[in-house]
Amino acid sequence: MSYYTLKSIIALLALLVAVGIFGWRIYQLLWVNLRRGQPSGLFNQWGERIKGLIVFVGAQLRLFRFLIPGTAHFFIFWGFILLSLTILQAIIEGLVSFTNPRFVLPLIGNFGPLALLQDLFALFVIIAVLYDMYIRQLVNPERYKGSHKSQGTMVLMFIFTIMVSLLVMNGIRINLGEDPLHAWRPISTVVGKIFAGLDERTQMVIGESAYWIHLGVVLVFLTELPEGKHFHVVTSTFAVFLRNLAPRGRLPAAPEFDKQVGVSKIEHFQWRQMLDFYTCTECGRCQDVCPAYASGQPLSPKMLMMNLRDHLKEKGSARVILPSTSTILKNPEKSLVGDVITDQVLWACTTCYACDQECPLFIEHITPIVDMRRHLVIEGRMDGMLQGALANLGRYGNSFGQSDRMRAKWTQPIQTKIKDARREAVEYCWFVGDYASYNASLTEITQMTANVFQKIGLDFGILYEGERNAGNDVRRVGEEGLFEMLAEKNMAVLNKSVFHTIITTDPHSYNTLKNEYTGNGKHPVLHYSELLDQLFTSGKLKFSKKLGYKVTYHDPCYLGRYNGVFNAPRNVIAATGCELVEMPRHHDRAFCCGAGGGRIWMEEGLVKERPSEARIHEAVKLDGVQVFVVACPKDIAMYRDAVKTTGNEDRIAVKDLIELIHEAL
Amino acid sequence: MNQDIFVAIEHLRGKVSDISYIMLAATRVLAQGTGGKVVAIVLGHEAQDLARNFNADQVLYADHPLLSDFIPEAYQKILAGIIDEYKPRAVFFGHTTIGMDIVGGISAQLGLPLVSSVRTIETDRKLVSQICGGKIMAECELPEPTALITLVPGGYKPELGQSPQSPPITAISTQMLDGLRIKLNQYIEPETSDVDISKEPLLIAVGRGIQNQDNISLAEDLAQALGGVVCASRPVVDQGWLPISRLVGKSGSTVKPKIFLALGISGAPEHVEAITGSDVIIAVNTDPAAPIFNIAKYGTTVDLFDLVPALTEQVKQTKG
Amino acid sequence: MNIIVPVKLVPDLVEELTVDAGGTALDTAWLRLIINEFDDHAIEQAILLKERTGAHVTVVSTNFEGIDDLLYTAAAKGADRLIKLNGDFESGINNHALARALATIIRDLKPDLILTGVQAHNDLDGSIGPLLAEYLGMPYIGYVSGANVSGEKVIVRKEYPAGLIGEMQAILPVLLGIQAAEQPPRYVAISKVRLMMKTMNIEEMDLGALDSTGAPIVNRMFQPEAAERAMMLSENADEAASQLVTIFKELGTL
Repeated sequence: MSYYTLKSIIALLALLVAVGIFGWRIYQLLWVNLRRGQPSGLFNQWGERIKGLIVFVGAQLRLFRFLIPGTAHFFIFWGFILLSLTILQAIIEGLVSFTNPRFVLPLIGNFGPLALLQDLFALFVIIAVLYDMYIRQLVNPERYKGSHKSQGTMVLMFIFTIMVSLLVMNGIRINLGEDPLHAWRPISTVVGKIFAGLDERTQMVIGESAYWIHLGVVLVFLTELPEGKHFHVVTSTFAVFLRNLAPRGRLPAAPEFDKQVGVSKIEHFQWRQMLDFYTCTECGRCQDVCPAYASGQPLSPKMLMMNLRDHLKEKGSARVILPSTSTILKNPEKSLVGDVITDQVLWACTTCYACDQECPLFIEHITPIVDMRRHLVIEGRMDGMLQGALANLGRYGNSFGQSDRMRAKWTQPIQTKIKDARREAVEYCWFVGDYASYNASLTEITQMTANVFQKIGLDFGILYEGERNAGNDVRRVGEEGLFEMLAEKNMAVLNKSVFHTIITTDPHSYNTLKNEYTGNGKHPVLHYSELLDQLFTSGKLKFSKKLGYKVTYHDPCYLGRYNGVFNAPRNVIAATGCELVEMPRHHDRAFCCGAGGGRIWMEEGLVKERPSEARIHEAVKLDGVQVFVVACPKDIAMYRDAVKTTGNEDRIAVKDLIELIHEAL
Repeated sequence: MNQDIFVAIEHLRGKVSDISYIMLAATRVLAQGTGGKVVAIVLGHEAQDLARNFNADQVLYADHPLLSDFIPEAYQKILAGIIDEYKPRAVFFGHTTIGMDIVGGISAQLGLPLVSSVRTIETDRKLVSQICGGKIMAECELPEPTALITLVPGGYKPELGQSPQSPPITAISTQMLDGLRIKLNQYIEPETSDVDISKEPLLIAVGRGIQNQDNISLAEDLAQALGGVVCASRPVVDQGWLPISRLVGKSGSTVKPKIFLALGISGAPEHVEAITGSDVIIAVNTDPAAPIFNIAKYGTTVDLFDLVPALTEQVKQTKG
Repeated sequence: MNIIVPVKLVPDLVEELTVDAGGTALDTAWLRLIINEFDDHAIEQAILLKERTGAHVTVVSTNFEGIDDLLYTAAAKGADRLIKLNGDFESGINNHALARALATIIRDLKPDLILTGVQAHNDLDGSIGPLLAEYLGMPYIGYVSGANVSGEKVIVRKEYPAGLIGEMQAILPVLLGIQAAEQPPRYVAISKVRLMMKTMNIEEMDLGALDSTGAPIVNRMFQPEAAERAMMLSENADEAASQLVTIFKELGTL
């Protein structure tokens, strides 16, 4: 039997085995497991989705948020796309070698520019891989903590080997004059020169060995693809294509099982969520921006995804082994909520959206956390402080435990009585929010806000005792029933009142009123910075003074990242004549103060460094900045505290945007 | 009709409690109104010596082995028998874990009227009770035929219930005490702690207003700067943020410091009754209507989270 | 084991309390009624005992505004049976009357153990526990902060001042006045309460005629006059702090 016949047989067998293993694993992971998940509803907005593919997969846009690693991955990704054709070439070449040892793919196999591109990209991929190896082994950044380093290294070596063997294979074929496109393969030519001195027979052996190494590693890589993080190679395009296009600030409807909300088993997740668990590449960009992780809490969005993925596979493969019984022999029954993902991890999240924002593959980390928190709430598994806050919210409509009748007490010193939006028609209904109404140290700012509104002649009113906590954080804590109750009460009051626009001073209320209060679509919701920006641009608002402060601005999570309101507050700051210096982490990279997601209602626990303190440290490093401007009442509370505890009272002052406006009017 | 006023003396492990003397003081006032004698009832076993220095006209002493420690069923039975036999005009019980366990049963058993939470006796025998967390006072006439009254501390000083002399003791026979369904197994001491707050001269107390366990460190810092000790009201101890050894109140310790700084404490009676012996009470509470301001000498509505760090800083600077 | 938990609603002290025009009762116009905190603990303790011993828990209360929510919440925590008592208590109901009426009803329920809050802040004629115990012919132990049932006995921890505990035991049936449950009353999600509203039934019974003998007649109710109100310091944190430093110096502390 000639070598070429043998080559075909071995290639065929190897292909069958590799494809068989790959197929079986895909079947288990994508068919068996995902079928046990819940339905994900219909997908739509195909135009937007196709655009997403081009921008986020084709142009790898989010990856470039880290410039150099992003560039490296860009080349590896496009290298993979381009060189997949060479892999196809290698496979078919092997299969048909018994009739045509010099098989070349029709059309594309003869296209010179493509060959050039492939040759260059092989080199780029090698450089990128070497860079990535350097990062992984020598630099070993924090974000890889918890990731499977050896898996990553192994795959990098696979890719390196595949590329090098390809170049060797090509180089030798050029030497032996078997490549009509040799002029288009400069890199391969150079590699070929290494072996040019050897005799023809030896070169052929080396060339064919390179071929077998090339094919072999490709097929081994294929079988390994479904395991671990490189599954993203298969799933990522689908993940980005089918990403959630609803407004970020809108949590999907709560799933119910056995008449109760909340996810307590892995199969309670939707199949689209399970796809997310598979797609995590363990890159750790989310971990790097997570305020909970930075403060020393056990929560890492990356580890969360990895644990969910592992648990899904564990439960899945066990079921396939013994489909007739429900006993799981591999591991004793582990509970999803408690064992796989601990209570502490779930409660640590501030829902700041930094993780979801950063992830190049649009993996949603917050939604599964909230889903599991809902189960914890049903079970009553939360600390005493949170229990107290929820009990107060249920009874009094605010977390402070103060009477609902005291909500408007702050209005007493105001000379001109603020209109009651429940009784009179107004243009703007000002939804004040809990903290601004009840927290004693914030009363001054709330009153100042009212004064500013009156001074600029706004026709506004408040809901007085009719207002309840808007429920944004109640929902994110997982108390869906309480959120519904609060929303019902608020909507009843809002529907009976006559007004045109809702304005808020609280970004959390803003988010839920805008995105989650169904039936409210007819009323636009504005943050006061948006309104003031509009008024200033249209000339209706004029400042009499130019404050010369050098300030920095902290983007509130629920205003900035969630709802894209970055420019309005900055315009207002500029309009007051202040000079804005950005902190290193600004706009959609702003670092959360740590109060969101109900964290402000929970016991702090042991923290390495509070997120708010880390942020103040970041701000005081800015030269000459005396004022830390915020646009959220909870931020005022958190940052004023942090300024005190870090001993920076003389360095920097925390001011609400409204204070600048008040001074400049 | 018998116009004598009886007092159910309370004692625990060989010591007569303060409430007994407060009751004797109140009884004196009431007895002047009715024109009767003040009679103290002591139940116990070989415990005559407890009946000393009472500001009373007579002591009735009932002895039985099963009365050596307080058992609700036993005390109730004996006292009901005594009251039914002597039919006094009124009987005082402490509004305590002892008195409140038995007075209701006696009222139901003998069909006698019961007025609870009484703080003071007004002229012409009116009883003034303190209810609703100290926010409301209710006044009633002394009911007939025998009024059962539970007394809360705060209206009279215990010293007024004491006397250098001891009144004559009359031993009375007790009925049978068999068939009791309640038994005392043992006393369990609280964990000993390094601090005995009842002996400290400067106390910094935290209440519900401290909001969470972590914030207690603010009070600790101030205590350290001033040389005082941190204690707490019931809500804080119930949450487990401070041990029970630091509890100031009905189930905790009664304190008599020179300075009592109350942070975020509303002033509920169960707590207030334990601090009225303080020389100077300073109250910090954002609610200007909090009852604590009625017993404090100085007060402020500044938020404790603003005041305490500022105060700690200034104290440190003063100390240099 | 059959556990009964009588509970009641009391005025919420968060609100301002005022006396009505008649001068002998609280003004009900702005009154918010909430569950008596100690009764909440009693429910919690009952549920804990149910979790340990598989007991049957019945929660019973008089029909006031807000009682349905309270009962459904108890059911969501684990209560098995809910009873609402109707009657004529427009002018309020005191503990003697309530205890007499409750005794008739509860006797038929054949309780092994009754848990109720040791007191309520608006009690004026003693607390309900000892009264009810006597009408039912049961022994009573109050100020209990822990209970364990063992066979025919219940072993309780009775609170004394300064953190001292008296461990007592009593032969069932017994009535206990709960000061505190072994853990703070658990939170129950609103969705669970709403589920109970759909699946649980509240039985209604009649209280019957009320006999108030034994309770005092109130002459007048009033808000305490602060004989001497505290001398108020500055509303500014730094100023108040320096005023306090001066006071401490005067007292010899600094």
